[in-house]
Amino acid sequence: MSNSIRDTFFEECEELLEALVEGLSQMEDDDHSSDVVNAVFRAAHSIKGGAGAFGLDELVHFAHTFETVLDMVRDQKLAVDDTLIQIFHRAGDQLANLVESARDDTPLEGDGGAAILKELEAYLGDEEEEEFSFDALSFDVDNPNAGPTIELDLGGDIAPSDGQAHKFSISFAPKPSLFSNGHEPLLLFDALNELGDLTCEADLGNLPEFDSFDPNSAVMSWKLELITSESETTLHDVFEFVEGLCELEISVEEVAATAPLAEAPLDNPAASAPAETPSEQPAQAPITGSPDATPTAASESSKSSAPAKAAAAKPAAKQASGGSSEPKGPKATLRVDLDRVDRLINTVGELIINQAMISQRIEELDLPTVAHLTNELESYKLLARDIQEGVMAIRAQPVKPLFQRMSRIVREASDATNKKAKMVTVGDSTEVDKTVIERLADPLTHMVRNSVDHGIETPERRAELGKEPQGTIRLSASHRSGSVFIEISDDGAGLNREKILEKAKEKGLVPEEADLSEQEIDNLLFLPGFSTASTVSNLSGRGVGMDVVKNAVVALGGRISITSVPGQGTTFAIVLPLTLAVMDGFVISAADQTMVIPISTILETIRPNPKDIQAIGTNGKVISVRGSYVPIVDVSKNLGFSQGESDNGIGVLLLVATERQGLTALRVDAIHDQRQVVIKSLESNYGAIKGVSAATILGDGKIALILDPEEIVNLSPSQNKSEILKELQMDNRHA
Amino acid sequence: MLDTVEETTSSLFEFITFSAGGQNFCLEITQIREIRRWTPVTALPHTPNDVLGVMNLRGAVIPIFDLAAKFNLGSTQDSERNVVIVASASGTTIGLLVESVSEILSVETSAIQETPDIKSEATRQSILGVISVEEAMVRVVNLEAVLEKDPGTPA
Repeated sequence: MSNSIRDTFFEECEELLEALVEGLSQMEDDDHSSDVVNAVFRAAHSIKGGAGAFGLDELVHFAHTFETVLDMVRDQKLAVDDTLIQIFHRAGDQLANLVESARDDTPLEGDGGAAILKELEAYLGDEEEEEFSFDALSFDVDNPNAGPTIELDLGGDIAPSDGQAHKFSISFAPKPSLFSNGHEPLLLFDALNELGDLTCEADLGNLPEFDSFDPNSAVMSWKLELITSESETTLHDVFEFVEGLCELEISVEEVAATAPLAEAPLDNPAASAPAETPSEQPAQAPITGSPDATPTAASESSKSSAPAKAAAAKPAAKQASGGSSEPKGPKATLRVDLDRVDRLINTVGELIINQAMISQRIEELDLPTVAHLTNELESYKLLARDIQEGVMAIRAQPVKPLFQRMSRIVREASDATNKKAKMVTVGDSTEVDKTVIERLADPLTHMVRNSVDHGIETPERRAELGKEPQGTIRLSASHRSGSVFIEISDDGAGLNREKILEKAKEKGLVPEEADLSEQEIDNLLFLPGFSTASTVSNLSGRGVGMDVVKNAVVALGGRISITSVPGQGTTFAIVLPLTLAVMDGFVISAADQTMVIPISTILETIRPNPKDIQAIGTNGKVISVRGSYVPIVDVSKNLGFSQGESDNGIGVLLLVATERQGLTALRVDAIHDQRQVVIKSLESNYGAIKGVSAATILGDGKIALILDPEEIVNLSPSQNKSEILKELQMDNRHA
Repeated sequence: MLDTVEETTSSLFEFITFSAGGQNFCLEITQIREIRRWTPVTALPHTPNDVLGVMNLRGAVIPIFDLAAKFNLGSTQDSERNVVIVASASGTTIGLLVESVSEILSVETSAIQETPDIKSEATRQSILGVISVEEAMVRVVNLEAVLEKDPGTPA
């Protein structure tokens, strides 16, 4: 259970680091206002606090140093200049590294951040090193929020207050577990006090004799009255973390038309001596001893007096903090279990299928006058699509955090290569499916590293060329016609095509005499086992090539392309589907089965002329496509649906590019349609099947398999036979 | 699997009996989601012959097995009375093609006898026990075992 709290902490850390980076970039843009510095400070501080609770000393120490320097900036003891911002950026990176290393329990790379820590410490100078220590707490609280969650934007307050002041009476009786979990009632009261006018009264009725006092018991309870215009929900929020750890009752008494009620106790110094406070439930027997002799009573008196004092000081405090806390209230969001969202998405997918089925059935009826019906059906269709889009939007997240991570990669990569590069992001509010974002992180990291390592020239070289010494990596995201476009471009040297071609020939990836177009040369980069850097540098050459990047993009149903202008830079463009729940596909038939092939995998379709098809070997066939011979793979044979020669004529060929076999033509009987299909997993109820990536449901309610061309090509018919034999043997064994 | 029923007071079990490959079988009623008429399914490539294909059950893709083939009793012959029993256990839903469904059987726990000691390991695993009904023997299908044997690609 403590793990889930730990997870929550790291989840929060991610958000805090995001806020930190955002604040830093604002500072970089010359916004040194206290809001911004405060936000950065708060982020570092919160990470330190959380880390302390988990005993992550290294993280605490670093965050503390960072925070102290930030505090100096906040107090205007330290002027912000570019050097400082750069150090802050690197400190932010280091903080992220530490968080990561603590989360994954992995050792830190390099010097473990000693250098940056020293630089920060240099700023501290005489600034008094403030003592700090945290005791690691052990948590045994059930966390209902375990598992992945998604933040929902509610577009407003959950329960907007009506603006009218209410008087709430709250009775609050902590259980011992509240204290053993490290909560402090005083802090809760302070929080309440910020909401409005608070009066506080302690019930010492259960206080035992000093002799029988048990410091671990919870004998105190409080009666609180709060006059506030906030809603009851807000009040409950204050007690959110002690839920189940105390007995809590909140009731609305009346609309507070008169203020005096609230003021009276404030002026009453008796608050410091609770035993004397006029109480509706007078303190009972045990108090008769001497309250001052009881340590609890003493501490209690200070507790109840503090909120009262705080209330008196409130107007001033509000003015002071007003500037920083009010303008940037976070949007109201809702954490929802990812499973629930996915279930909703499934159901909506079924609605879409159902709508298609109804339309098809009505068409089949061939009614004489269907004009009205068609109209209604059309609106049904539009509504269904609207709902689908809305539901999909829940899973969509802005690419901003991902892009922010990339600017860190640029800094690290330029440090490692002694180059100067900055990152510019465009469209970082573009929203993309959560899974797509997650699975895009590695390929993007790799491409950004490549851009710095291979694209951007050294500052000296750039100066010679009359470019700015600092290179620019531009990362942009946008929505275009139902797809997400992501571009990574640099203003570096551009691709060295001669070198690429030479390398490819050297590695035997292309024949010696091949004459390739520029585009074809560029695409050589995506071939497995290709790497242009002549020496294996620190950054690239870790065994990951652009082919891995391409695979990752294709696995997401996307495409990647390169354009490059010598001397001006290189641009990688990635086109991704908006969602992983639907896909554009060709509806085809083979061996009397209707199936779907993802459009993203198909390069072109060919209706072959019989004379273009040549036999090769016993069963092999090739087709000549613009001068080169491409092997033909019969889909129904490779799926094991038909043996021998198919007599369905010549069929249609779909040209696909595969990793292992290069260009291949898939033979199918016919192409029927091109449509968007809802992707259904086969694995949940059955298991993975070779050659089939998923299934979908067509308008007639039948299931169609979604084929994976890559695997179909790899399944040679001969291999099928051995598999079938194996299966037969298995069956015999069962007999 | 049977625990849940035991917890709810009575020791009376309800089974649905059906025939497959000429033999009588039954499944506990709580495992059965619904019974459907046979409709053509979408065939799957590279699957054992007891896997008929997949069917659309209100948007879910569920695999359909020929129970007779599963128990090596030959393939189920086409007939008007053929039905698909949709059953689920441990979060997985499957369909079982059987020759016909007969009746609902209510029996005491004590009426379920242990599977007679037969040689075939596979059969012993897929049958939980037997119930005798009017001189006939009804085999209680172990749905978990039926599910287990099919993790897609045979090893």
